[in-house]
Order: sequence, then C-alpha cells, then structure tokens
Amino acid sequence: MAEKRLSAGTTTGIITLLNRPRGVTAIGGWVLIAPAVIFVAVCFIVPLTSLIARSFVEPTPGFGQYVAVLGDATTMRILGRTFSVAFQVTLVTLILGYPYAYLMTLVSTRTRTILMFLVLLPFWSSLMARTFAWIALFHPEGVVLSALRVVGLHEVELLGTQLGVTIAMVQVLLPFMVLPLYSTMSGIDRRLLDAASSLGASKLRAFVRVYAPLSLPGVFAGSVLLFIMSLGFWVTPRLIGSPQESLVGQLIETRVGKLLDFAGAGAISTVLLVITVLLLLISAGAMRRASRPISGGAR
Amino acid sequence: MSAQHSRPGFALRIWAVLVGIVLIAPLAVVVPLSFTAKRSFKFPPDGYSIEWYQNFFGDAAWLQALWNSVWIGLVVAVICSVLGTLAALGIQRLPARIAAIAQGVLLAPLIIPGIVSAVAIYSVFLKWKLNGNAMGFVLAHAVLAIPFVVVTVNASLAGYDRNLDRAAASLGAGRVRVFMRVTLPLIAPGVAAGALFAFITSFDEVVAAMFLQSPKIRTLPVEMFVSVTNEVDPTIAVVSTLILAVTSAVVLVPALTRSRQR
Repeated sequence: MAEKRLSAGTTTGIITLLNRPRGVTAIGGWVLIAPAVIFVAVCFIVPLTSLIARSFVEPTPGFGQYVAVLGDATTMRILGRTFSVAFQVTLVTLILGYPYAYLMTLVSTRTRTILMFLVLLPFWSSLMARTFAWIALFHPEGVVLSALRVVGLHEVELLGTQLGVTIAMVQVLLPFMVLPLYSTMSGIDRRLLDAASSLGASKLRAFVRVYAPLSLPGVFAGSVLLFIMSLGFWVTPRLIGSPQESLVGQLIETRVGKLLDFAGAGAISTVLLVITVLLLLISAGAMRRASRPISGGAR
Repeated sequence: MSAQHSRPGFALRIWAVLVGIVLIAPLAVVVPLSFTAKRSFKFPPDGYSIEWYQNFFGDAAWLQALWNSVWIGLVVAVICSVLGTLAALGIQRLPARIAAIAQGVLLAPLIIPGIVSAVAIYSVFLKWKLNGNAMGFVLAHAVLAIPFVVVTVNASLAGYDRNLDRAAASLGAGRVRVFMRVTLPLIAPGVAAGALFAFITSFDEVVAAMFLQSPKIRTLPVEMFVSVTNEVDPTIAVVSTLILAVTSAVVLVPALTRSRQR
C-alpha cells in the first residue's frame, strides 16, 4: 500500500535526521514531536479556532452571535435541558458504577475477568450498534414496552422521549464511569480498613471515613468525564430523542446541517467549550485536593 | 488481606449482577433480532431466517460502506501509530513545560466535545474540498484518533528504562539501531494497543463522518445511521451482530490467554 510505504519513509527519514552527532540531541525531541503537532494543528486547532473566530466576525464583527444565542429563550431552554440530562446521567452511572467497581476489587481473578469483560464489551463495541440496540428495545413492539404492557403500563413511550435518551445514555456511557472508578479503587490498600477496624471503627464507619475519601479521585475523574461526554453527546439523543426535546448537540447540528450557519453554531460551540474547560479546571483543582490528605501513605 | 473486609455482601453481589445485565442485555437482544423472519424489531421474533444476512452480503451499498470503514481505519491506524509514537518519544525528550504544552495540543481532540470537533472540521474541510472524499475521512479520523496513540505509547514509555538505550549506544549501536532493536520491541505492546485504539476510533466514528459523507462515500456507521433514521430494516441488526462478534473476540481473546498463562 502506498500509505504504508509513505509512513515507513517518514519514520526512517526522521530517524536519519536524528542519527547525527551529539550536539543535535536537544533538537531530537522537537523533530520527533513536530509531525504530530503540525498535523493536529492544521487539521484540528486551525478548524476549531476558525469556527470560534467566525462566531465573532460573521455576519458583522462583535458579540452579536452571543447576544442572540444567550438571549434566545429556546436556546437557553435546550442548554438547561442538556445540563439536566448530563447531570442525571452522571449521577445514575455513579450510583450504578461505584458498587460494581468496588465489587471488582473484592472478587477472584476469574470473576473479575468476567466483570471486566461485561464493561469492556460495550466500551469497545460500536456506538451505532449500542444505540440501535436501544432503538430496538424501545420500539413499540420491542422487549421493554412489551414487558411494561404485561405489568399493566400501556401508555409508556420511550422512543422520542427524554427519559428514553437518559436511559440509553446511561448504558452507553457507564463503562467510562466504571473504568476510572476501578482503576482508583484497585490502588487503595485494603489494610487501611483493617487498621481502622483495629482502632475500633465499625465496618461502615471504616468504609465511609477511610475508603470513600480515598476513592474520591476516581469519583471525580469518572463524574467529570461522564458529565463532559454527556454535554457534547449527539448520536444517541439524535436517534432516540425527539426534535421537540433536543439537546445542545442537535442544536449545533441543525444550525450547520440545515442552515449552514457556521457563525451561530460556532457561538453555541464556544459556549459549550468554555463550560467544558471550566469544568475540567474545577475538577483538576478538586482532584488535587481530594488526593492530598492520606493517599500518599496508602500507596 | 483480612477476610473481614474482603467478603462482598449479598446486596453488593445482586447490585453488580443487575449492573452487568444493564451493560450487556441491550447488546444480547440485537443477536436474535438479526435472525428475524419479518421486517420488524419485535422481540422475541415470530420466526427465524437468515434473510437479513443474505440481504447484507448481497447489498453493494452495505459492503462498500464496510470496506470503506475497514481501509480508512487501517490507514488511520498506520498514520496515527507512526505520528503518535514519534510524538510520545519526543515528549520524553523535551523540557517538562514545553512537553506539557505539546501534549495539550495533541490531546485536544480528546477533550473537545465530538459535535464541536465535527462541525469545526467540516467547516474548514468544506473550504479545502475535503468533504465527500476519502482523504477527508482519513484526515478527520486520524486527528480524532491520534490522542489515543500518544496516551498509550506514553504509558508504555513511563515504565521504560532509558539506561537500556544508553547501554546499547555504549556497545556501539547507532540511534536508528537502538530504536529498532531495543526501544521499539520493548514498547511494541503499547504501540500495538495504540494502533488498535486508532483503528476502532476510526471504525466507530460517526459524528464527523455524518458531515463529511456524500452519497458517493459513506462509512459503515453512517450507513447504519441512515438506515435507522429511514425505516425498520433488520439488516442493521445483522451489522450490529457482526460487529459485536468481532468485538467480543478482540476483547475476549487477550483476557482468556492472559488468565491461562497465570
């Protein structure tokens, strides 16, 4: 394949560049990192900056797009709904995922492999396949509504509702909560619990006062990841939700897909970006604080 | 480890079983649906047939989409593993502060919400005439997948002892030789994992692909998306089942071989 020869050529080219007398070593790092940085800059940073820039200059320079976006009741309602769905999804995945990840640290290797497989299979499998699964489940003839009818609930609808979107998003995003939780929990030294018991703490007290605080970095990491991913989620809300109850992703898509309004879409995207970055900064601070007190001794 | 704190309680076990069912049940439903005899998503199906499998393997549009996804994914994996591995090696050699900035640039596609990345890429690719052609898909998918390679190779380099490089160099090996004979073989699992990650990211990517697609070129997820929005067509259950089968194999095989080695 031409591409393979090309990339092999690039590798050897760059390595030959590096294969020089000593004085060049300091430049080595730059040469190695340059191709990737240039690639990402051209194909990602430039597009992103250009989208943001367009929101400030089109159709007239200024904050017109932002005044329009932030002053529009519908847009604000959609933003509010997106936040509410993201919050619910984060909370439910945390409630489902925390005990699951905790159990993973207690069981035998074989059971842990099975539990890990159950997390990794949806994690690795196609988002479209998972979303389709929910469409089939929520279909009027599908298994969920059929089961609900047996119980006597005839009026429930899930396809095209916010509840349906939330349920599907929980399952689709759950692995992203379980994995950071598990990775934090598997690093916690369980002897600390024994130490707490030997000092007279009950099982519950030992868990709440010793284990739970140590697991907080995982909780923060998972929750922030989930919240950010939920905010920008597009596929599942688009296919399972309805245009009447759309989320911010659908709003951006409509602006671009139907109206080719890149400036408007850019303004909404910038708002979403600013929120995302703020959340990341806050969580980074919180995580540093959470991991400070005793974790140093725990490792 | 004391037994007192290590025995999971009954309630915890039940909870984990329920969560396990939530994780896996939706996927399990897709398999019988792909064998349905009728054009419906009724579960359990009224009858069984392989009609929809014949439909998939006989449909040029589905097969073309599958092929597009596979070869684009492979090209993306090659580009990303070369660029990403070099970048990860570079990060190790740069002063900490500069490395942090470079890393920030390289990881940006991972942090930015998918729909924002997709619209940004689309807006510029329209101008560059990269929409509706394979080049556009490759570039967009590669830029979205490269963070995964940087992260995985970086992780495998974290445990790498650079004294090995020095030892090889002191024995007279040139830089290329050191890289090819010492460094690369040792970080190969990380590079391979990164390449796999890149392939799957590309194979699975649908948001940017939805914008870049044209009736002339579509990837598999786009074809699935269009099929789901248009009509009730169990062929998508077939596609999902095939993807699941491959995914299960990829996830299960390493787990099984690892547990056997123990």
